[in-house]
Formats: sequence, C-alpha cells, structure tokens
Amino acid sequence: MSAASAGGAARAARQQTHLWVAQRVTAMVLAIAVVVHLVMIIGAVRGGLSAAEILGRTRGNEAWLAFYVVFALAAGLHGAIGLRNIAAETIGLRGRAADLAWLAIGLATAVFGIRAAIGLYA
Amino acid sequence: MASAASLTVSVWRGGEQGHFARFDVPARENQTVLDVVTYIQRELDPSLAYRFACRVGMCGSCAMTVNGRARWTCRTHVRKVVGAGGALELRPLGNLPVIRDLVADLAPFFDKWSRARGTFQPKEAEEGAVPDDFAIVPPASKQRRQADAGIECIGCAVCYSSCDVVAWNGDYLGPAALNRAWTLVNDVRDGARRDRLDAVAGDAGCHSCHSTQSCTERCPKNLDPSLAIAGLKRTLFWDTLLGRR
Amino acid sequence: MDLRPRSHPTYLAFVVHRVSGLLLALFLPVHFWALGSAIQGEARLEGLLRWTDNPLAKAGETVLVVLLAAHLAGGLRVLALEFLGWRARQKDMVAASAGVALLVGLVFLFNVV
Repeated sequence: MSAASAGGAARAARQQTHLWVAQRVTAMVLAIAVVVHLVMIIGAVRGGLSAAEILGRTRGNEAWLAFYVVFALAAGLHGAIGLRNIAAETIGLRGRAADLAWLAIGLATAVFGIRAAIGLYA
Repeated sequence: MASAASLTVSVWRGGEQGHFARFDVPARENQTVLDVVTYIQRELDPSLAYRFACRVGMCGSCAMTVNGRARWTCRTHVRKVVGAGGALELRPLGNLPVIRDLVADLAPFFDKWSRARGTFQPKEAEEGAVPDDFAIVPPASKQRRQADAGIECIGCAVCYSSCDVVAWNGDYLGPAALNRAWTLVNDVRDGARRDRLDAVAGDAGCHSCHSTQSCTERCPKNLDPSLAIAGLKRTLFWDTLLGRR
Repeated sequence: MDLRPRSHPTYLAFVVHRVSGLLLALFLPVHFWALGSAIQGEARLEGLLRWTDNPLAKAGETVLVVLLAAHLAGGLRVLALEFLGWRARQKDMVAASAGVALLVGLVFLFNVV
C-alpha cells in the first residue's frame, strides 16, 4: 500500500469511526427518549387519542419542544446510519459519497421531525 | 443419537465449484469426525484432500464445516453431531477460498491478523530486540486479566468461518484478528497501541461487528472474541469522544 | 440461508434488532411528515387521529410499538455488551429484551382495545 492510499484508508477509517460513535451517542439519547415516548404513547391512548389532549400538553411548553427537537435529531441520524450499514452489507453500497448522502438523509428526516415538533409547540 | 451400523457421509469434492460425494463409513462406539475423514482417505478414496496435524486439539488445523457448523474435527465425536440415519455432511471452512476438497486456504485469515497488527512490539526495545529487563505485569491487574482471557487462541479460523460480517464485508478483519489485537492493546509491554487501534477502527475493523456472537458461540477454546471486539469499540469510543485520536 | 450455524439466541437477537431497525427507519420519515403536515391546527390533527381509529391502522400502530420496544430492548443489550462488557448474562438479556417488547405491546393493546 502506498503512503498516500494508506493515509486515505486511515482517514476513511476515522470517518467511519465517527459515524459509529454518532450511532452510539444517539442510541444512548434514544434509550431515554424512547422510554419517555412509549410511556407517553401508552398514556395517551388510554381512553382514546385526542388532538386537544396532545396539544394541551405541548403548546407553549419549551421543555417538550426541546425534548422533541433532540429526539428528532437523534432518531433521524440513528436511523440513517443504521440504513447505511444495512445498505453496505446487503447491496454493497459503500464509500464516502454514500456516507455523506446518508448523513443528508438523516438530517433531512430530522428536519421533518423538528417541523412536527414546532407544530406541536406553536 | 443415532446408532446406525454405518454412517452416510457427504464430503465436498472439488474447489469453489464442486459437488458432494457419498461414502459409507462403519460406525464405531468412539469415533471422531477426523477418524471418519481419515477412514475415507485411507480405505475408500486416497485422492481426498484434508488437513490435520496433532489430532488432540492443539494445532487447530483440522477445522471443517460439520453438518453446517464450523468445528475442530479431531475434538468432535460423531455421536454428538450425527444426523438422523447416520448422516454427516463435511465441507471445508466457510468464508475462505477452497483449495481442494476439505482444505480451505487460510492465507486471507492470517493476512488479516497482520493487518490488525497482531504482532507484539516491545515498548522499550528496537523491533526484534530483547528488552534489558523483565517486565513485571501483576497477574491480578485488569489489563492482564483482559489479555489472559483471549490469549489462548490457536488460530483455527472456526470463528472467522462462522462470522456473517466476514461474509458481508470482505475487508472485515474478523473475530480472531480483533481478539488478538485486544490482547495486545491490553499488553502493558507493547508499544504499538495507537497504531493498532488505528488498524482495527472503522468498517473493516471492530465497528462492523453486530454482536451476533457466533464467534463466541463456536470457539472450541471457549474464548469470547465478541467481548474482545466490544473492548476495542469501547476504547475507541472514549478515545474519539475525548479527542485522544 | 443455512440456519444450522445461526440458531443461537444472540443471532436471533441480532435479526430482530436489524429487522425492527429497518422497518422503524423506513417508518420514521412517514411519521414525521404525517405529523408535521397534520399539526397545522387542532382540527387537522384530530382528522389524522380519527383516520388512525380504523382497525387496520390500530393493528399497524401496535406492530410499530412492539418494533420500537424490541429495538429499544435489543439496543440496551448491545450497549450493555459494548460499554459494560457484560457477557455471561447475554442470553438472559436476550430473553429479557423479548419480554420487555412483548409486555409493552400487550400494555398498548389493552389500552387501545
């Protein structure tokens, strides 16, 4: 292996490590957030879902807004990195360009989630 | 447990492309799978290629795929694995090129040990030189215990052959090489920790492991490569987050 | 696929984690998009919620809740293995993960029905 390609391989390995670290950090955030989410879901469906009940809790509440923004960001990234791994292992989709595309997909998903969170707040 | 008078043995013949040949082998009270292969080669078909050396579970050269699972054939009793009606299916180890019949080419497996920097590099001496003094490594220290846990690997490639991640990613270093790297990361006498952690990071390294734990499940020495890989991940996680790399 | 080398509990745990993760990752953008579009006012949100009252949507929601619980429980297993170095309890944890997922699904089901 030439010095240049060895350097390239080391950089690629570092970037892949960063994706893995992001996957685990978001996993830790989600471990807590999903428990809250599941408790909320099971509580909310008790006696039927209603828009008034949900919005009554979230409207103008900064704590819920912050929670859902962080939740959406973590979930969007976590899901996209997971899909990246599946795509790499099943259809051989690998490389820096693909990784950047997955990151973009993750962030775009998160933006949709944050849009929904703002809707619940405003 | 079948007690048929004879075993019906399907043996892989040929290279990557090949077929199963059927042999009838007399069943014995005490019989290892390696005994069966040796019987076939000596009595039925001398052209059968297979590999063994010590016959007592020390060298790791007789590993094959027996009824779908990678095993040491010398330490596997037929009665423990035989199927209904005395059926045995023998293939070479998976995830490796087939040389011929039951012989797999282990070159990629050992190449990956070297890519994972699986060689000890003395900290205080030039490469290959003997250090001036003995290093004192307390047996009860955490690092010593972590190194001890994985040091008994004899390189039989059963774990490598059992790992799906190896099949999905040809570059993946595999359980044995990563286990070896983890023993050296924990060796306080070793001076190549940083380079080794670089070598085992990323998609070709520990970060592709999905903890299916097939390696740990199949290791004939009851080692836990999955735990070693988790150790590498943990070390790299904190090193990365804390900006140590 | 040859199941003989893959018939141990931790392999099954991996399969459950991967399949649930894949389905949840595909559902996530739909979820966000539908919610984001519906939350333009209480009436529209109420409309989406009433649409989900049909039995098929309820069944789908139950499946999603079980998938989420399974992925959460399986993820805690992976985190415990990777960050706490747990090993001997791995099989117990697989069983516990399955139990948690089932329990959450049942609680959801009983609350809904």
